[in-house]
Amino acid sequence: MKKEDSPRKVPRQKMPEQAPEKRRKNFEEVTLGFSPEMAVMEASRCLECKKPLCVEGCPVGVPIPEFINLIKNKDFSGAVRRIRAKNALPAICGRVCPQENQCEGKCILGKKGESVSIGGLERFLADFERQSGNIELPKKDKSTGSRIAVVGSGPAGLTVAGDLSVKGHDVTMFEAFHKTGGVLVYGIPEFRLPKSIVEAEVGLIEDLGVKIECNTVIGLTSSIDELFEEGFDAVFVAVGAGLPKFMEIPGENLVGVCSANEYLTRTNLMKAYDPNYDTPAPSGKNVVVLGAGNVAMDAARTAMRLGAESVKIVYRRSMAEMPARKEEIHHAEQEGIEFVLLTAPSKFVGNKDGFLSGMECIKMELSEPDESGRRKPVPVKNSEYIIECDLAVIAVGSGANPILAKKEPGIALSKYGYIIADQATGKTSKKAVWAGGDIVTGQATVIEAMGAGRRAADSIDEYLSGGDF
Amino acid sequence: MFEIVHKETMSAGNVFLHEIKAPKIAAKAKPGQFVILKANETGERIPLTMADVDPEKGTITIVFMAIGKSTALFGTLEKGQGYQDVIGPLGQETHLENFGKAVCIGGGTGTAVLHPIARALKNEGNHVTTILGARSESHMILKDRMDKISDSLIICTDDGSAGRKGFVTDALKEILETEKPDIVVAIGPVPMMKAASDMTRQYGIKTIVSLNPIMIDGTGMCGGCRVTVGGKTRFACVEGPEFDGHEVDFDDLAKRLRAYGKEEKEALEKHKCNLDAAV
Ligand SMILES: Cc1cc2nc3c(=O)[nH]c(=O)nc-3n(C[C@H](O)[C@H](O)[C@H](O)COP(=O)(O)OP(=O)(O)OC[C@H]3O[C@@H](n4cnc5c(N)ncnc54)[C@H](O)[C@@H]3O)c2cc1C
Ligand SMILES: Cc1cc2nc3c(=O)[nH]c(=O)nc-3n(C[C@H](O)[C@H](O)[C@H](O)COP(=O)(O)OP(=O)(O)OC[C@H]3O[C@@H](n4cnc5c(N)ncnc54)[C@H](O)[C@@H]3O)c2cc1C
Ligand code: FES
Repeated sequence: MKKEDSPRKVPRQKMPEQAPEKRRKNFEEVTLGFSPEMAVMEASRCLECKKPLCVEGCPVGVPIPEFINLIKNKDFSGAVRRIRAKNALPAICGRVCPQENQCEGKCILGKKGESVSIGGLERFLADFERQSGNIELPKKDKSTGSRIAVVGSGPAGLTVAGDLSVKGHDVTMFEAFHKTGGVLVYGIPEFRLPKSIVEAEVGLIEDLGVKIECNTVIGLTSSIDELFEEGFDAVFVAVGAGLPKFMEIPGENLVGVCSANEYLTRTNLMKAYDPNYDTPAPSGKNVVVLGAGNVAMDAARTAMRLGAESVKIVYRRSMAEMPARKEEIHHAEQEGIEFVLLTAPSKFVGNKDGFLSGMECIKMELSEPDESGRRKPVPVKNSEYIIECDLAVIAVGSGANPILAKKEPGIALSKYGYIIADQATGKTSKKAVWAGGDIVTGQATVIEAMGAGRRAADSIDEYLSGGDF
Repeated sequence: MFEIVHKETMSAGNVFLHEIKAPKIAAKAKPGQFVILKANETGERIPLTMADVDPEKGTITIVFMAIGKSTALFGTLEKGQGYQDVIGPLGQETHLENFGKAVCIGGGTGTAVLHPIARALKNEGNHVTTILGARSESHMILKDRMDKISDSLIICTDDGSAGRKGFVTDALKEILETEKPDIVVAIGPVPMMKAASDMTRQYGIKTIVSLNPIMIDGTGMCGGCRVTVGGKTRFACVEGPEFDGHEVDFDDLAKRLRAYGKEEKEALEKHKCNLDAAV
C-alpha cells in the first residue's frame, strides 16, 4: 500500500442529508445513506485491528471488521449476512444506535482522528439488501415443540422472538398497541427512522415464524399465569419504560401541556401529520420543549415540522451537559430550534379558557461540581420571566409502566418499579419468566435492549432444553 | 377484523349500538371497564365503555353517540363489517358490594356506561333505583334494559315528553331527602356528574362517577387522560375511569375535553362534505 493510500489519509465519508430549510417542513428522512462507492471508500478506512475493540463496544457482538472487509471487496450480500447472524434489525440500528458511545467510540482511528462510520455502513448494507429484495434469513433449527410468549414488541421483544424462532421454538409476541415495534414506531420520528423500515424488519421476524398478536395488553387481556395455562412454557417480558414523567409544577393540566409520549405517539404512531389520518396533533405556534435528551430533540424537531413559528428547548444546565446525541443537537440547531439554556420552568400560565399562554421560568447558574462531578444548577434570585407559548412538551424522562407489574405480584420490582432481572440471563423472581430492555434498565438504547434480548434468548433456550430455572 | 354481529340505531338516529365479536375481551371484561376501538388504518383510537358482554357468544356491546368525525364513522359501520382494532378490557373494574340502597343515574349515552354497573349492583343484592335523563323521549336510550334490572325507574326529560319534566338532579334531590341511599352512581355529561356530586356531597353520600377524558393508548403511557382528583393528578385510563365524585375537579376535566374542539369541528365538516360528495 502506498503511503498516501493509508486508511488514515482517506477522510471519513459524510453522509448526504436533506438541506435544513427543506427538511424542517417535511417528515422525510433527514440523512440519505451512502452510495455503494462511498461505502467502499469508507470501508477502506478500516485498519482491521487484530483485537477489534469496536466489537467489544457492540452489545450484540456484530463481527464488524469482517463485514467491513467484505464491503471492501464489494461483496455486499456476504457482508450483510455476517451482520444478520448477530443482529436482526440492522437497518434500524444503523440509523438510531448511539454509535459514538459504542462501536465507533472504541475505534482506534477515532483516537487521533475520526472513527470509521460503522453505523453508516451497517445501514448501507441493510438498505442494499432490502432494496435488492434478496434477503437470506438465518436457517431455522428443527422444531422443538416448546412455546414461548413474548410480551412487548420493542427491540428487546423482537430480538428474543427472532432468536428463539431460529432455535426452533414456537414464539408468539403480544403487543398492547395496534402496531409492532415499541418506541421504534410510537416514539422515534419518521424523519429519523422511517416506519416502512421498521415494518420491513418486523416482517422478517414474522417470516421466521413468529406469530404476532396486537391489541393485547398482558395483565389485562390475559395474565402471565393464563399464558402458562394456555400452554406457553416460558414468558419474556419487555414492556419498556413508557410511563411519562411530569414536572409537578402549577398549571401542568392546562390544555396545551402534554408529555413527549403523547405528542410523539400522536404524530408517529397515529400519523397526525398526515391529513389522511384522523388523529389531531396538539398544535402550537410557539412551542417549548422541556428537557434535552434525544426525546426532547425529537419532540422539538417534530413541532417544527408540524408548522410551529418558534420552537425552544428549555434546559436547566448548559450545552455541555445535554444528554442528547451530538448529531441530534446539531440537526436541531440547523433546523432552527432555539436553545434556552440555564433556565428552569417554575409554572405554566393559561388564559381564562384553560389553554396554555405562557411558561414562567427562572434563570439558573452552575455552581461548583458536586460529588458526582456535575456542576449543579442553582436558581438566580428574582430572575423569573415569562416565555410566551401555546404548546409545552415535557420530555424529562419516563418511568416503569405499572400495568403488568400491578397484576403480577410474583415478579419482584425495584423501588422505582422496574423489574429485577439477572443481568446475565434476564431471569426474574418468577419461575419461567424472563425480562429485559427498558423495563429492567430504565430508558436506555435500542441496542442495549437487543443485547438483553439476546442473553435472555440463550437462557430461555437452555431452560427449555432441560436446564434449571 | 373484529366483526359487528348486530347493530341498532337508537335515540333520534345519532346513537348506535354495536355488538362486536371479541371473544378474548368478552371472557375477561368486568363492569366499569372499557375498550379502545379503531375503525380502519387511518382512524383514531376511541375509548368506549362496554355496555354489555356475552362471554358465551364471545361478544361485547358498545353504545355510542356520533358526535365527532370518528364516532360518525363508527356509526356508518354495518352488521358484517367491523373494526380493525379493539383493545381491552381496559381500566379498573367497578368496586362492587352490597351497599344496601343504590341510586344509579344515567344521562345521555352515560346510560350505556351505567348499564353493566347497575346490573352488577343489583346482582350483589342492592336495592337499585335508577334515574334516567335525556333531552326528550326520542333521546332516551336503553330504557327497557334499565327497567329490567332496576327495582324502580324514574324517567326525566328536559321537555317533559316522557316521564317527569326536569333534570335528573331534581329527582335525585327528592330521593336524598326522603330515603337515605347508601351509594350513588352518576354517569353522563360532565355538568350532570358535577351537579349530582355537588348535591350528594351535602348529604354525605358516597358518589361514583365515570370520567371520559381524551385518551390515546389507554395503558398509562401518554398522560393525555390525566384528571385532577382530590388535588392530585391521576391517569383515568389505569386508575379510573371511575372516581369519587366528591373529589373530582370537573371544571378541569371540562376544559381538557375542549382541547381539540377546533380540529375536530373541521374534521367533521370535511367528513360530511366527503359523505355528501359520495352520494
Ligand atoms: C422518543 C425516543 C427517542 C429515542 N431515540 C433513541 C435513539 O436514537 N437511539 C437509541 O438507541 N435509543 C433511543 N431511544 C430509546 C429506545 O427506543 C429504547 O431504549 C428501546 O426502544 C427499549 O426497547 P424495549 O424493547 O425495552 O421497549 P419498548 O421499545 O418501549 O417497547 C415496549 C413495547 O411493549 C408494549 N407493552 C407495554 N406494556 C404491555 C403489556 N402489558 N402487554 C403487551 N405489550 C405491552 C408497548 O406498547 C411497546 O410496544 C429513544 C426513546 C424514545 C422514547
Ligand atoms: C373511558 C371512556 C369511556 C367512554 N364511553 C363512552 C360510551 O360508552 N359511549 C359514548 O358515547 N361515549 C363514550 N366515551 C366518550 C367517547 O370516547 C368520545 O365521545 C369520543 O372519543 C368522541 O370522538 P369523536 O372523534 O367522534 O368526537 P369529537 O368530540 O369530535 O372528537 C374529539 C377528539 O378529541 C378526543 N376526544 C374528545 N372528546 C373525547 C372524549 N370524551 N373521550 C375521548 N376522546 C375524546 C378524541 O381524540 C377525538 O379525536 C367514553 C370515553 C372514555 C374516556
Ligand atoms: S390514555 Fe394515555 S395515559 Fe391514559
